[in-house]
Amino acid sequence: MKIIDIKNLVKIYKEAEIEVAAIDGVSLTFEEGEFTTIVGPSGSGKTTMLNMIGGLDRPTSGSIHINGTDIGQLRSSQLIDFRLRNIGFVFQAYNLLPVLTAKENVEFIMQLQGKPKAEREKRAEELLQAVGLADRANSRPFKLSGGQQQRVAVARALASKPRFILADEPTANLDSKSADKLLEIMEILNHEHHMTFIFSTHDQRVVKRAHRVITLVDGKVASDEKTRIHEHI
Amino acid sequence: MCAIVVGLFGGLFASALMNGMIIQRIDAAIENESANIQIHHKEFQLNKELNDTIADMATIQSVLDTAKNISAWSSRLKITAMAATAANGFGVMINGVDPEKEKQVTRIWKCISDSNGTWLNDNRKNSIVIGEKLATKLKIRLRSKIILTFQSADQSVVSSAFKVTGIYKTQNTPFDERFVFVNNADLRPIVGFTRGQTHEIAIALRDDKVNDQVTSMLRKEFPNLSIQGWKELMPELGLMADLTTQMLYIVMVIILLALCFGIINTMLMAVMERTREIGMLMAVGMNRMKVFRMIMLETVILALSGGIIGMTISGFVIHIYARIGIDLTAFAQGMENIGFNAMVYPKLETSFYFGLTILVIIAGVVSSLIPARKALRLNPVEAIRTY
Repeated sequence: MKIIDIKNLVKIYKEAEIEVAAIDGVSLTFEEGEFTTIVGPSGSGKTTMLNMIGGLDRPTSGSIHINGTDIGQLRSSQLIDFRLRNIGFVFQAYNLLPVLTAKENVEFIMQLQGKPKAEREKRAEELLQAVGLADRANSRPFKLSGGQQQRVAVARALASKPRFILADEPTANLDSKSADKLLEIMEILNHEHHMTFIFSTHDQRVVKRAHRVITLVDGKVASDEKTRIHEHI
Repeated sequence: MCAIVVGLFGGLFASALMNGMIIQRIDAAIENESANIQIHHKEFQLNKELNDTIADMATIQSVLDTAKNISAWSSRLKITAMAATAANGFGVMINGVDPEKEKQVTRIWKCISDSNGTWLNDNRKNSIVIGEKLATKLKIRLRSKIILTFQSADQSVVSSAFKVTGIYKTQNTPFDERFVFVNNADLRPIVGFTRGQTHEIAIALRDDKVNDQVTSMLRKEFPNLSIQGWKELMPELGLMADLTTQMLYIVMVIILLALCFGIINTMLMAVMERTREIGMLMAVGMNRMKVFRMIMLETVILALSGGIIGMTISGFVIHIYARIGIDLTAFAQGMENIGFNAMVYPKLETSFYFGLTILVIIAGVVSSLIPARKALRLNPVEAIRTY
């Protein structure tokens, strides 16, 4: 099932009166259950692409439909709510709230959604269990390793029950062991829970595990390869 | 928060010190000098004319004795005189008083230390109580004789010798230098006055808050007499009291302004330090109203907790010093020359604290608007990438 449909996407930045096309006429579709990476050299438009799919940035032209909703047409407040209910984010620098415990960080997003306390607690525990951090539920981020923090971030992204998860360089700050563990968990979530992941990355470890690799060069799709056949697709 | 606490403490303690000094000065002036209200002949205050005496003492006495807010009153003869000894001579103001009644109205009798004699009494004829400063200037001691020369009721100049039986010392040196106290019973025959004649009636109230009320009541009762509260009698003190109130408001405004700047500075720093955190919250779906409310609430909590801690510490310290006092003896001479006590007891009304608490909350809310607005203007895409 198609969950993201991108048509003729263009994003132009103006720098000192010079227009730079960060994304230049990209058309792509993403199916539910994909495990896709967007790769490319620095400045190729990976992050811009991810930001626009995530509704954090608006396209100059073209459209992005998520589950049939043209997110470019949504008002700012509608877009914020849309992000909260449809998209999970995993950032390069984890971005956990330092004053909250791992469990509270996971719960927090459900609190924004207005979920009752009992439901929040139960789901947060389940998700921490899923990322292998049930025993660190009450630890604050500074007491966790980088890999553990990123796993909490994955649990937080899943907490809102999103349609898909956007992960911007999720392994960039991790050592090989932590990166492998994180990717393994993400693969399991993709495999068992049919969760769609879209990465932007330079990391070959991510690329190797991906089922589809989209290469961007100068804001254009240079290649779009399916590397493995996923059983759910 | 520390800045808020220290700022509040500094402001409040300085206000309490200033307020305490003025209150002490006013209290001392009322208790030692003027009493709360004075009654005179309409013309007396203008020229201090000897024959401008109050008539119909009997009626006045009956009104004063029955008024519920008046705790005591004392009638005085006030005569400008020259006090002379073998060594020196100075102009003084003689206060002819009824010793026992005067004790209920002013506290000059308490300003005589044990080694400096006693207050006037009816058993000792022609005794006089003078200030320590005058004694020094006239180079006399206890039991010395002093000659008072003044005009009598028949316009002739009379002189009489008095024996110093008490030397008082207030915190107001100019007062000590000028005012001497003798028994009315001794003074009256020398001046040539009858028993019903008096220049001044000093009235002590149970509470100075009713001053205006009693003053207007007496004005209605005795329209031909001059009735003045202490603020009219000592306009400089009335002005000082009003000025102090205004100064307290100014200090309050300064405290609040400093507080606002402190809060804005702290919270802007907090927003800047947490740019990435706020960016993440906005990215994952925290709406602008919630971000705004979060910063606002944090600011108000900061202001309120800093305010309450600051005020509690200030209240506690002010309370302690209000009991033990602050010794400014090093500046005693200078302070006493302008009528202030070298021992200062800081004081602030409870209402000032309550008022300030409400204003701190308002300041917190107002100050939160700038950092909250700053947070709202963050672009989540850029904020997330801030290090």
